[in-house]
Amino acid sequence: MTPDPRPFPPGDYPVIVIGSGPGGLQVSYGLRRHGVPHAVLSADPSAGGMFRRWPFFQRLLSWTKPYAPEVRSAREYQRFDWNSLVAEEPELRSLQAEFMDGSSYFPSRPEMEANLAAFADRAGIEVRYGCRWEGTAREDGPDGTTYLLRTSDGEYRTRVLVLAVGVAEPWSPSPPGIEHARHYADTREASSYAGKRVFIIGKQNSGFELASGLAAWASQIVVCSPSPAKLSVQTRSLVGVRARYVQPFEDNFLGLGVSILDASIDGIAHAGDAYRVDLKRTDNGMSMSVEADEVIAATGFTCPLLDLPSLGVTTFGQAKLPAVTPMWESSTVPGIYFAGTISQAAQGLRKHGIPAYSGAVHGHRYNGLILARHIAETRFGVETPRPSLAEADVLGYLLREATCAPELWHQKAYLARVLSVSAGDGIRDEGILPLVHVLDAMDRDVIAMTVEADGTGAIYPVVYVHREGRTTEHPLPGHPLLDFATAEHRAALAGALGSILPSYARAG
Amino acid sequence: MATREEIADILAGFALFGDLQTPQLLGVAGLFDEVVFPQGERILRQGLTGSGFYVILEGSADVIVDGTQRATLHRGDFFGEVSILLGEPPTADVAATSPLRCIVIAGPAVEAFLVAYPRIMFRMLQAQARRLRNANRWRS
Repeated sequence: MTPDPRPFPPGDYPVIVIGSGPGGLQVSYGLRRHGVPHAVLSADPSAGGMFRRWPFFQRLLSWTKPYAPEVRSAREYQRFDWNSLVAEEPELRSLQAEFMDGSSYFPSRPEMEANLAAFADRAGIEVRYGCRWEGTAREDGPDGTTYLLRTSDGEYRTRVLVLAVGVAEPWSPSPPGIEHARHYADTREASSYAGKRVFIIGKQNSGFELASGLAAWASQIVVCSPSPAKLSVQTRSLVGVRARYVQPFEDNFLGLGVSILDASIDGIAHAGDAYRVDLKRTDNGMSMSVEADEVIAATGFTCPLLDLPSLGVTTFGQAKLPAVTPMWESSTVPGIYFAGTISQAAQGLRKHGIPAYSGAVHGHRYNGLILARHIAETRFGVETPRPSLAEADVLGYLLREATCAPELWHQKAYLARVLSVSAGDGIRDEGILPLVHVLDAMDRDVIAMTVEADGTGAIYPVVYVHREGRTTEHPLPGHPLLDFATAEHRAALAGALGSILPSYARAG
Repeated sequence: MATREEIADILAGFALFGDLQTPQLLGVAGLFDEVVFPQGERILRQGLTGSGFYVILEGSADVIVDGTQRATLHRGDFFGEVSILLGEPPTADVAATSPLRCIVIAGPAVEAFLVAYPRIMFRMLQAQARRLRNANRWRS
């Protein structure tokens, strides 16, 4: 019998990461950088996670600009590339553009899959593929808690479990007759809807992706849910249906084959060869019915957390996200961490209603690096550098970060560049950290720089001064071309820092 | 964890939403997001801009002004509307005193929400009137 060539046979590991999508790969990369030994297990046969299958119409929602104001190997280029994983080594940075054929700046699904596979390959990330996590047990001993994972390959034990399994379990509501509907995940090839009347339940991006993609085939499309759709161009954020999928709204307003209804679904029943969908309108409670040949539930996905709730992991919301700390650790079961799209469970301040963008690669890739460093420091005693900064350099450094740092731009009001200030250590660069962690958990005086938006379209830097347990917030001016390193910004920032850096108070 | 239907069922029992029928409650439930906070975490932060309007589904929270606890909020209570209506940062912290489950709507969306649901606006006005009366009683 040939020995199994796969890495990480069943056994004990200091850290186990589950998942080989972008979330799992990014955390594994970070753990390797910090020298933390760990195993990566994945049920899939290859890297890529959800991008091995979706989006259904094979084109991403998130773009990568092959040509941008910054060179591709620079950290600053990541602002213009939403799809690559991130690395310290220039040769591992921003791989997505290399795989794009120029037909669109939204990569195709296969281009995204190739980008992720190339990152795993070139970064030397090892994964035990074809190993499915099937259940979990908790063993409490004198030295703490160990988690036992039952998998298709045998049993694993670890004290630190990182789950990057996506928000990937299809979820449907439960009106009578829902069994007549297919889930988005089971949508058939588009041409099989030729000439059909299609009823789509759900007004999120997946519903409008289907409405856009099926427009060339379906004879009539109805998109329905109880609440009106939000549009990203109206919320001036990524909240709502993205610009790529706005066409069905125009068709609806022009009365051209798409109807968008606000109604709850009472039931779905056979009506001859078709279905009758019974509705109750949200605005006046009146009943109505719609006939359709096909019903598709584009009603979202939940976290496949298996038996973790029975171990005490609290979940919330329709997506059954775990309740977590600002550092993505279960708030009820310590030692279980979450990466990838599940990291959206740590919601941050949601200032002006704008959430973190951790549900997408361009947001959660930074969470993954921060989590890896946090695990290395708090669980393995790894010391990571905190470079000193001269007081005179603070303004220039923070304003350059506000203008160029991809972490701050992609995770607005959520991730911050953080400097600590103390009499003994002077000014130290603490790196990029979640803002809520900085405000609630750091016991030092700190300066935190973010980039924020207020839902009106304005984008501006904000500096937080956290001193002796009290936080003050100082929004800095915006700029028409988003250059936050002007003399006006220097003056405003110096004024804000006067209370924590004495030389700026004297200068002011 | 709660689906839109489950949240609508919970809201049906709260005074703020007491005038709404089921289809409207489902519509309202879809406008809010569900959020959870561990015990001790702050939901509103005194002096910080950009907060939202919250309704408590489960758990309790303290209202804290300059470090002094002023009130306790429970299931069915709501908070955050004053700073949104006035366009000013909150004048108090609100911190979870138990695991707290809320629904939240963003500050910039509150005006359109209240105008779309005048019965909720009326109930909110009643609650504010009660708070004002009580505050005046304490003063006199």
